Amino acid sequence: MTDRPHPEDVPVAGDETAPVIHNPVGAAQPVGRAIRPPRSQWWDVWDQFKTHKGALMGAAFFVFILVAVAIGPLLWTIDPTYIDIRARNTGPSLAHPFGADQLGRDMLARMLEGGRTSMAVGLTAMALALGLGTLVGVLAGYFRSLDGPLMRFTDLFLALPLLPLLLVMVMLFRDSLRSAIGPETGIFLLIVIGIGITSWMPTARIVRGDVLALKEREFVLAARSIGTPSRRMITRHILPNVLSPIMVSATLGIANAIITESALSFLGLGFPSDYPTWGSLLRDGTDYLQQHPERVLWPGLAISLTVLSVNYMGDGLRDALDPRIRGR
Amino acid sequence: MLNYTLRRLLISVPTLLIISLAIFLLLELAPGDPMAQVPLTVPPEVKQKMREALGLGEPVPVRYWKWLVQFFWIEPLNMIDNIFGTAFAAGEQRVLSWQTRSPVMDLVLQRMPQTLWVVGMSYIVGVAIALPIGIYSAYKQYSVFDQAGTFVSMIGYSVPPFFSGVLVIVIFSVQLGWFPSIYDTTHRVVDWDTFVVQLQQMVMPVMVLALQTTAQISRFMRASMLDNLNQDYVRTARAKGMTEQVVVMKHVLRNSMIPVVTVIALGVPGIFGGAIITEQVFKVNGIGQLLITAIQANDLPLVQTLTFIFAVLIVAFNLIADILYGILDPRIRYD
Repeated sequence: MTDRPHPEDVPVAGDETAPVIHNPVGAAQPVGRAIRPPRSQWWDVWDQFKTHKGALMGAAFFVFILVAVAIGPLLWTIDPTYIDIRARNTGPSLAHPFGADQLGRDMLARMLEGGRTSMAVGLTAMALALGLGTLVGVLAGYFRSLDGPLMRFTDLFLALPLLPLLLVMVMLFRDSLRSAIGPETGIFLLIVIGIGITSWMPTARIVRGDVLALKEREFVLAARSIGTPSRRMITRHILPNVLSPIMVSATLGIANAIITESALSFLGLGFPSDYPTWGSLLRDGTDYLQQHPERVLWPGLAISLTVLSVNYMGDGLRDALDPRIRGR
Repeated sequence: MLNYTLRRLLISVPTLLIISLAIFLLLELAPGDPMAQVPLTVPPEVKQKMREALGLGEPVPVRYWKWLVQFFWIEPLNMIDNIFGTAFAAGEQRVLSWQTRSPVMDLVLQRMPQTLWVVGMSYIVGVAIALPIGIYSAYKQYSVFDQAGTFVSMIGYSVPPFFSGVLVIVIFSVQLGWFPSIYDTTHRVVDWDTFVVQLQQMVMPVMVLALQTTAQISRFMRASMLDNLNQDYVRTARAKGMTEQVVVMKHVLRNSMIPVVTVIALGVPGIFGGAIITEQVFKVNGIGQLLITAIQANDLPLVQTLTFIFAVLIVAFNLIADILYGILDPRIRYD
């Protein structure tokens, strides 16, 4: 991608100062113009990412969903809890493009509202899991004395039955949290923290491996020899270099968090049904499976397509960041 | 190898103890009260006696120790008694479910066959489909088949079982009416017709679970085959004039199977977790459904035991996978 002409390199007709030189090699250029602004590594990653069609489509769809759930409720102004009893159990119409549910609540508004919650849970839980995983991974990889205990701790967490434990946690703490900080914030925090502390382990392992390899590199030795303290060593030299595996696990983390949240809501142990998410909409829809299969279809498709797009994004990102494993 | 196995077995004992303690303490923190459903007219001293009858009167370490003894000593003894008709565990207090007042292990054993039938069968079907797909898509890398396989496994990763399950119910039992949407556990297979009915009701849950297994294992098989197909020994085998079938199906496949077998072993406990959702969708009354009902009824002994059984399965299959890896690949030396 280095041979793409920059706009300022191309002689423009009428530009008197720049002599037009017909030289196919393009060597004779005015001094000062030959130096291009340095391209960061991320432009190369983007160029590589662009060649992966699935990843590009996945990214486009993911952005579309994000925008839709962010500004959708501002445009589609029907209140998701408003009960229009005359429209009860109706199919798609102009007033209700996705139909209305058994209480006459507009399905499109509920889908947008549910998507907001699902995406918020997915992104927050991913951020939490990523933060925890990176912290544990960097500490275990960088400080040798912490490596053993932290990795045993990670192994212990990997041996836990995660879904059952998550269900148990929700059951145990749902009511007390709900009465302590309100029904919506309480359940949101509980689910985000639950998913976060049960899904940081893969990130920690990958980051630790990369940090261990980085520690042996010359630039780390050079930095240490001029007396860089550990804290700045990690923030300045280690963290930017483990960014790519972290980004790949971020995409996997979003997918995992969205699926886990929907599974909890589907099993009736997540968000209550007056507080819609895609999972609880799907659960509500299963009761009307025979008469109104579309009520299951919309939330299910939303979950599946979002997760599919995130997975494709992760695939493309992994290929773009690590050219050795391209095509696997 | 034996040395390694013994060491790993010894390490798994403290692991399991810590996990059991973690589960116990988590449930201990529970704000729920098993006496909450008892009417208010019952006097407090009677309530206290009921509490003690449920084993709740004593301090935490004593109760933890009692639970450990019950789980690791009395329940296995009961198992032996059941098999051989002996009476080692006669009169000992077993882990009782608060819902049914019957021993927890009996409930688990009642539910086990359904889960094993549906989940176990789906895992076998999934692996059986995944291996040929993985092999062929690695051999014909970037072909149409490979691209289609990649796409299907992406879908298998992305579509959660609570959607794919509901979707197949809509298509095959509501629209087409081919299969029943609810798994009937009371059905007994006595002749050909009942066998066909059993097959029909198993098809959908098995296929839903198998889709996920297939997605993961076919990807892994493909990657493993690709690693091996470019190795020097493959070129040597071809240069010796061996047929393509012998090269791929014997030389490459055998070497590629080593990591795949361990992944298959590692996936066994995970499938029990996935079955929680699928069993809920198809109303199979297996282990997963037992856990959900126990959670909803606040039945702590049952929840505790089931969660711990899942943990034991994970630790055991991790161990099996590591040992299998050592046995299958002579390059791996643990000692």
